[in-house]
This record gives sequence, structure tokens and C-alpha cells, in this order.
Amino acid sequence: MSEFTRPMEGATEIPPAGFNFENVSRNARLMEAWTNAKEQAEAMRKHHAQHGMDVAPMMAGGGYPNHMPLAKKTGTTIAGIVFKGGVVLGADTRATNGDEVAEKNCRKIHYVADNMYCCGAGTAADTDQTTALVASQLELLRMDLHLPHATSLRMKTAVTRISRLLFRYQGHVSAALILGGVDKAEGAQLYSIHPHGSSMRFAYTAMGSGSLAAISVLESAWEPDMEEADAVTLVQRAITAGIFNDLGSGSNCDICVIKNDGAVDYQRPSLTPNNTAPFRAAITRSSRMDMKPGTTPILDSKFVPHKGATLADVTVTEMEVS
Amino acid sequence: MSILSYNGGAMVAMAGKDCVGIAADRRLGVQLTTLATDFQKVFQLNDKLFVGLAGLATDVQTLHQELQFRLGLYKLKEEREMTPQVFSHLLSQLLYEKRFGPYFIEPIVAGLDAKGKPFLSGMDLIGATMTAEDFVVSGTCTGNLHGMCESLYKPDMDPDTLFETLAQSLLSAVDRDAISGWGGVVHIITKDGVTTKELKGRQD
Repeated sequence: MSEFTRPMEGATEIPPAGFNFENVSRNARLMEAWTNAKEQAEAMRKHHAQHGMDVAPMMAGGGYPNHMPLAKKTGTTIAGIVFKGGVVLGADTRATNGDEVAEKNCRKIHYVADNMYCCGAGTAADTDQTTALVASQLELLRMDLHLPHATSLRMKTAVTRISRLLFRYQGHVSAALILGGVDKAEGAQLYSIHPHGSSMRFAYTAMGSGSLAAISVLESAWEPDMEEADAVTLVQRAITAGIFNDLGSGSNCDICVIKNDGAVDYQRPSLTPNNTAPFRAAITRSSRMDMKPGTTPILDSKFVPHKGATLADVTVTEMEVS
Repeated sequence: MSILSYNGGAMVAMAGKDCVGIAADRRLGVQLTTLATDFQKVFQLNDKLFVGLAGLATDVQTLHQELQFRLGLYKLKEEREMTPQVFSHLLSQLLYEKRFGPYFIEPIVAGLDAKGKPFLSGMDLIGATMTAEDFVVSGTCTGNLHGMCESLYKPDMDPDTLFETLAQSLLSAVDRDAISGWGGVVHIITKDGVTTKELKGRQD
């Protein structure tokens, strides 16, 4: 069969699932090439200096690339507790890229299923993708098993799926998670799952770079069978301890309450102790800060109107459903 | 220093009232040597969608080709243009697929959604996405750009003010970065069309 008669699916096929490693060897070669170049340059400088030749001072920032770029991290405070009526999860909202605050209000409490939510710490992409992948697996499972109610989906299933995924990647998928939720089999539950795939069940726990601050609050004030309002306040205090005492955590406190009947109360934000808007609003801006048209010198300007729909306009008729 | 700053470059995208803008510098260098001052790193993908690819130049071009291919297939299959939200998700998946052997690119996405409202997002090199209401920055002087944008940005700017704000933020930021600059380009996207302006910048 020639390529012209082959069915269309060939060209538009969904790519194979899982990670793609085609750039790995290229990236390793790049690192190696630059390491060699750096060594050669240093040897040359040494040689010149020994023979009394002028050696220019090394320019700041003019070095050779010497490390893999850092991915965005959520230097984080996350915490969760079990109370009388369900589970409370909490998280801060800062994402960092090295020392720089990359995002001031990011979402760290991820949806996993209607009755389960998951706080994530570690590499931002890994926590996002891991929870999204397991969320889709669980939804497919729920439909497959014709589960009547959200709480029929078991927490144990989610924990097993996540920890097997993480164990398979031997800690290279760096997601540190706190999974909280309720199910019919065992009621309200809270688990922590580490990047290497180990998991533990807790009544209260904290993770991330601010976990020391958070756990100290939980250790001092957690008690069994707390009321919802007290439980929420305790988690808020734990997260706030992280926000103010850990440099990797900051901005707001998000809270997610999952109750025993499966009802969810997601508060984003729950607390805004670092809201700068009122202070900014109080500042009288100098008119020099308003950029007036014509300020910037330009070399060329052109306007291109939108092409609009380039495909055939189709009149849509409602589908008959009765 | 990492491979992300091997070729240099800076870019920023900002939202206005029913309009959105994206700006980038024009330099292509190899460390401190400038090779070109007309390098393209912001690309228009459809009427109301732009992407800025900051990072290693070879990957800027490879990723742009890959994106054009994916958008072409989407258009053929779906018979409609991709919205910025969908595109942002596609790009994120594309980057995360190569989690253990990434493209050295930190992209930003700017566009108008189906309702004509601004959409902005930025991501790291393995696709961790952040969406923003005000502005997103990327490249080798994100600190400078964040500082400029935090002070110059105000909500609901008209297209002309948005252009000046973007242009001034970019120019001031790259003037304090040795490996970015050599002119700049600003695209302002409105419901009617795209205005593209070449900036006169320092050549040192």
C-alpha cells in the first residue's frame, strides 16, 4: 500500500503514552561539550599567565553553562488534618524559580476525584501532572465500575496508583503529596506520599520546606474529633507559620474541607495575610509612571487585520435529541 | 549559569482592556558574542494567538516547527482555530513529555480567548504552567522585567498605553542585562487585528 492510500489515522495518530527520552543524549552531550570547553579555556588562561602574557579578567556571567536548568519548584508549606466531620487540607500559594518568586498565587491543592483532593510540594510540573494523570485514571475507573456515588471510589486506590507511579520513577518525579478525602469503606482519611513512592496514613501531617513550622503548630494543638471551625483555624495557623517562617513559602493560604458526606468546601483564598492591593491603591502614582503614546522611539509600525475564519463557514443546526 | 542563558534574550506579555501584548528583544548571541540582531523568538500562531519562546535558540526553532505542525493538524481535524487556553495546555504537555530530556525553553503564551478577553500564561522548561491576569515574563532578565512590570503595569490599559508600557518595561529591563537587547519587537493584539512595532533600542 502506498502512502497515498494509507488511511488518515496514520498521520494523526495519538503519540505513544509516557515520557519521551529523545533529547536525553543530546542534552548530555551538550553538558559534556561545555564542560570540556571550560576546562580548555582555563588551561589556556593558566598557560598565558605562566608565560607573562596579559590575562583578561573573567567577565561576570561570562562562564560556560555548567548545570542543568532548574525547574520551577513549589518550596512549599502543605498540611492536612482529620477532624470529626472529615478532612481539612491547607497550602500556601508561592512558587519559586531559584530565589525568585515565580508566582504569587499558585494553586497547590489539586483535584483528584470528587471526594479526594491532593496537596503537592516539590517540582511544580511533577505535582501538577501526577495528580492530573491519577485524576483521569480514577474518573475512567469510576465510569468503568459504574460507581453510584463519588465516595464509592476508594482512597486506597488513589494512594496505590500514585505511589506505584512515583516508585516506578525512583524519586526522579519529585512530587511530595498529601492526599486527603473520604470514602464509604473507611471514612475520612489522610495520607502522605513521598517522591520515592512510600506512603503513610496520618491523623495530621505536613510536608514541604515549611513542614517544620507547620508540624510544630499541629503537634501543639491537634486533638481527636475537632469541630470543623477549629480544624480549619488550626490548619490556617499551620500554613501561616510556614508562610511567615519559611522563605520558600508565602502569599495566601488555601483551604479545602472534604466532609464525611462527600461535600467539598474549597476556599481559595482562605486567608490573604500578604495582600498588597490596599497599600498600592493608597500610593499616589507620579504621572511620569503613565506611559504616554509616543514615548518610545520606533523604527517601523504595521497593522495587520485578522484574517477571520479561513475554513468554510458552516451553518450549525441543533441536533435532534428527543 | 545554565544552558537557558547561552543565547540570551528576554520577553514579556501583558494584558490590557480587551487587548493583549507581547514583546521580546532581538538578540541572538553565543554567550557574550552577539551574532544577530534580528532573531525572531515571538511567533504568531493564529489571528489571536502568540507564543514567545525564550531559551536555547536551537530549541526555539525546533519547538516552533513542532507547534506549527500540531496547530496545523488541530485545524484540519477540528475545523477551527485553537484558543489560547487549549494551546497553553498542548504546549505544557509537549514540554512535560520530555520531562527527563527537556527542550531548554521557557515559553510565554499571549492571546485573546473566544470571548475576546486577554489570556496570558507562562511555563518553565518542563511545562509547569502559571496563568496570570496582569503580566508574564521569561528569559535571562526576569528579575529586571518583574521589577519594571510591577511598577509600570496598571489594569485596563488601552492598546496604545499597553504598547508604551510593554516597550518601556522591555527596554529598561534589557539595558541592565548584558546578553539581551539590540532592539525589540512589540505585538499588540486587539479584536480587529495585530499591530507590530519595531523598537529603536541601544546597540551595545
